Amino acid sequence: MSRAVWAAAVAGALFGAGLALSGMTDARRVLGFLDIRGEFDPTLIWVLGSALLVSAIGQRRVLRRTQPWFALRFQLPTARDVDARLLLGAALFGIGWGWAGYCPGPAIAGLAVASREALWFVPAMVLGFWLHDRLVH
Amino acid sequence: MNPPWSALAGGALIGIAAVCLLSATGRVAGISGIAAGSLHADRGERGWRWAFLMGLMAAAGLVLWWQSVPGSTPRVLLRDTLPAWQLIGAGLLVGFGTRLGSGCTSGHGVCGMARGSKRSLLAVLVFMACAMLTTFVVRHGGAPL
Repeated sequence: MSRAVWAAAVAGALFGAGLALSGMTDARRVLGFLDIRGEFDPTLIWVLGSALLVSAIGQRRVLRRTQPWFALRFQLPTARDVDARLLLGAALFGIGWGWAGYCPGPAIAGLAVASREALWFVPAMVLGFWLHDRLVH
Repeated sequence: MNPPWSALAGGALIGIAAVCLLSATGRVAGISGIAAGSLHADRGERGWRWAFLMGLMAAAGLVLWWQSVPGSTPRVLLRDTLPAWQLIGAGLLVGFGTRLGSGCTSGHGVCGMARGSKRSLLAVLVFMACAMLTTFVVRHGGAPL
């Protein structure tokens, strides 16, 4: 395997460990944050805040370089304008997230322990990817 | 209140993961994009995506196993009460919505917002608001205001 592939595996492992350590693999904790009228669980905001801080400082430093370690160039999103697709997509995602309490990362992490909920959710999510590519492109 | 050490440490790991992927491969650590691309992208593009996802599952599985009570399965740490039809409905919305909106909590939240992207900031505000509204309607059965 190439060095880039190994690095991606390490990055994925750090990501998965972070999700599980912070409790974000459990939909109850996520919904505890999203439910502002219930017994509020602030965990998610600490996780996101901490991740954002590290990511903001780290990305800034990395992007000063001219190229990544194991690839020719950085491939960042190029779109700049806020359009209807972005807002409608975010809204649909938000409804699904608030309904079940899973965004893609924690759902995929749940597969690792054969969580029944993840085993239903992830294939449906993949079908959602496919439907998008079928209907929108 | 005790400082939420595990939440802060877990968040920091997620941030380090995003920086590590960008620094090594030049890619954004957006899970929805990586997952969708693992199935659709060109063959040469699939390898690193699968490696990332396998690493994610392996490490999450290990940490959950480490957190679980000896003798029980780590699965019991996760919720197991939502009916299948609701998981399917929510999964479809999350899959379709994250592709249409070009990202999820990781791509827009952890990566995009941290780079100062206006699109990501707006996406996060919209999906957070919609998620809170939906949770309210599902749990309390009425309009929130």
